[in-house]
Amino acid sequence: MAASSAGIGTLLCKNINKQIEIFYPTNRRYTWCVIRRICTSISRFRCQGQIKRKSAPKELVGVVGLEVHAQIQSITKLFSGSQVRFQAPPNSLVSFFDASLPGTLPVLNRRCVEAAVMTGLALDCVINRKSLFDRKHYFYADLPAGYQITQQRRPIAVDGTLTYSHLGGTRRNTLITKSVRIKQIQLEQDSGKSLHDDRRGQTLIDLNRAGVGLMELVMEPDMSCGEEAAAAVRELQLILQALGTCQGHMDEGQLRVDANVSVHRPGDPWGVRTEVKNINSGRNLARAIDYEIQRQVGVLKNGGTVQNETRSFDRKSGHTLPMRDKEGLQDYRFMPEPNLPPLIVYDRPSTAPPCVHPSQVVVLEEVRAGLPELPRARRTRLVESYDILPEHSFTLVNEDGLTDYFEAVVKETKAGPRKVIGWVNQVLLGLLHHHSLSVSQSPVTPQMLAQLLNLQENGQISSSVAKQVFQELWRAPGKTAQQIIQEQDLGIVSNTTEIHRICQKVVDSHPDQVQAIRGGNKKVLNKLMGLVQKETKGRADPVLVRSILEEKTS
Amino acid sequence: MSVVNYARTLQKVILNIGPRCYHRWVTTASVALRIRDSKQNFRCRLWCGLLTPVHYQYSTEGNTSKVPSVATWEPVLENQLPPAKQVPADLVDKLERLALVDFPNQEGLVCLKKAIRFADQLHVVDTEGVDPMDSVLENRALYLREDVVAEGDCADRLLQLSKDTVEEYFVAPPGNIPLPGREEC
Repeated sequence: MAASSAGIGTLLCKNINKQIEIFYPTNRRYTWCVIRRICTSISRFRCQGQIKRKSAPKELVGVVGLEVHAQIQSITKLFSGSQVRFQAPPNSLVSFFDASLPGTLPVLNRRCVEAAVMTGLALDCVINRKSLFDRKHYFYADLPAGYQITQQRRPIAVDGTLTYSHLGGTRRNTLITKSVRIKQIQLEQDSGKSLHDDRRGQTLIDLNRAGVGLMELVMEPDMSCGEEAAAAVRELQLILQALGTCQGHMDEGQLRVDANVSVHRPGDPWGVRTEVKNINSGRNLARAIDYEIQRQVGVLKNGGTVQNETRSFDRKSGHTLPMRDKEGLQDYRFMPEPNLPPLIVYDRPSTAPPCVHPSQVVVLEEVRAGLPELPRARRTRLVESYDILPEHSFTLVNEDGLTDYFEAVVKETKAGPRKVIGWVNQVLLGLLHHHSLSVSQSPVTPQMLAQLLNLQENGQISSSVAKQVFQELWRAPGKTAQQIIQEQDLGIVSNTTEIHRICQKVVDSHPDQVQAIRGGNKKVLNKLMGLVQKETKGRADPVLVRSILEEKTS
Repeated sequence: MSVVNYARTLQKVILNIGPRCYHRWVTTASVALRIRDSKQNFRCRLWCGLLTPVHYQYSTEGNTSKVPSVATWEPVLENQLPPAKQVPADLVDKLERLALVDFPNQEGLVCLKKAIRFADQLHVVDTEGVDPMDSVLENRALYLREDVVAEGDCADRLLQLSKDTVEEYFVAPPGNIPLPGREEC
């Protein structure tokens, strides 16, 4: 309201200025008075507007929506019978339909429909009993037909939720659970691959990937930062891998994520969004989104406006750069696919028409019954059966193969699951991350770790020695824990006279610390314990040492 | 000779003449013989259907044909159509870019306007309460194929079709070449 009045005022002022130029110098005083009156009223409005803005400054927050393309794990492509394989000689997995030769028609793959329905059910979506196929037209060399068969009007699944968690809090050990709404899941074709040869000014097209079935998951913009987006994508990866519908390797292009990023003040309408492409891992996704949010905040703070464009992420520099040749908003001219009837999914076997063969119908009840254990259910099962914290089970399920490792160790050792969790999550995982290895490549097998923990439980070694032995096992996996202990003589020193002697030596050589303990400062006892442990090379039983030292210093 | 036997011999005679003839003869035969029993009609047709190798699909409603006896087509008057929409120049540019068609001169634009006007006749039809049909196959079941490899491995045949190839890849010019701007004619 203030802005519009100011606008009208300026307009009026400009008009009067123009008229004044014509009539100057005859009615100078009158016109000058008029201008002055109008200008003062304008400036009053402007100040009011400024005061209003200054009184409620809000922080700009990011709004992130994701579009995920997951390649369906099937033997053949979506509409043709050619094979799906990752690396193959160029154009060897291409049928006549994939090359869009005239006279070819699409024939839908049953496995892709089942995969989409399974994913929809796992994400709590509403499955559309009748879904339609459309054509999305755009010209590009890797799309030989000039259109892509997709489902835009009525996709196969709508209105789902993806619940994800990430470790947050000050020490990053609190599990924060959030959810993002899924707008739709649709089946569509993939395009071919193009290799750009700038030197010779040509593009080489490989159609092996053209026609492979993709599930496009469109998520609502419910997330606000890169970390949340990365956690959501990780959870989606785990779900798809558990279902077997997609292998989810982002680096192999089986899971492609594009982020739509914009910034706004809470309560205001959403800002202009930009699309960020070319992201090939979860960590890069978080980096790209955070950079883009910072960039947009910087642009707005400098008084500029954010352009609606597509940007590419450069992982070396961590910046997003604008992509070339996007001439305004693309108009895809969606059209119903005339060669494909609607896709019908039935609720129960009894609702399917009787004259149709069972291999021709997809029944929701059967698909639902065949759903495997989802990550969410696995986490609750681990927490319930092993009595561990949700944060622990989150880390276990997050890492590939760690759950099986943990369960194998717990089965073979007498140590409680809580102790095993500490070893697996901190010691083992720390070493694996440090050496960039996966769980399957770990040099310490579950059996070796179980043996080590048994030795500790039996009282043959102390906890600090156990950690040392673990490091040794990592370096030289050929030896067993028992051998290492014997070789390096790391067995626990339970000879009380020996310990008494060492404690006495330490107490005698540090009289002022003893005085401090006798004075009331009990924390100095830890320092003395450290000295005793150093003497015994960590082999002494800490509980025994503590009791002896307390006795000696009392 | 009973009525049914007469009909049967008649149909034996006209076996395999052609769908239209068959239908017409059956109906005229039925009318001529005044067979009211629709069940008998059906049985006759079923029996003939077993003999004729050609499979016909026709309505079992009886003797009424949907084709009107007198032409019912009426020309649509200009005032019945909605007002003619103007096609601005930038929209023509956009269409040329999206669909890769060429409207080289004024004649092309006039042709486009006439085509739009012709299609406007569809607005005269009252579609209140009718769901749009987007495929003539909407009552057919979508065939679902098993996930078995059946095609592929014909790279040499496909590459022969292309003018330019480099080591088993198809060659295309880089990116999207922007069309030249519209020149005023």
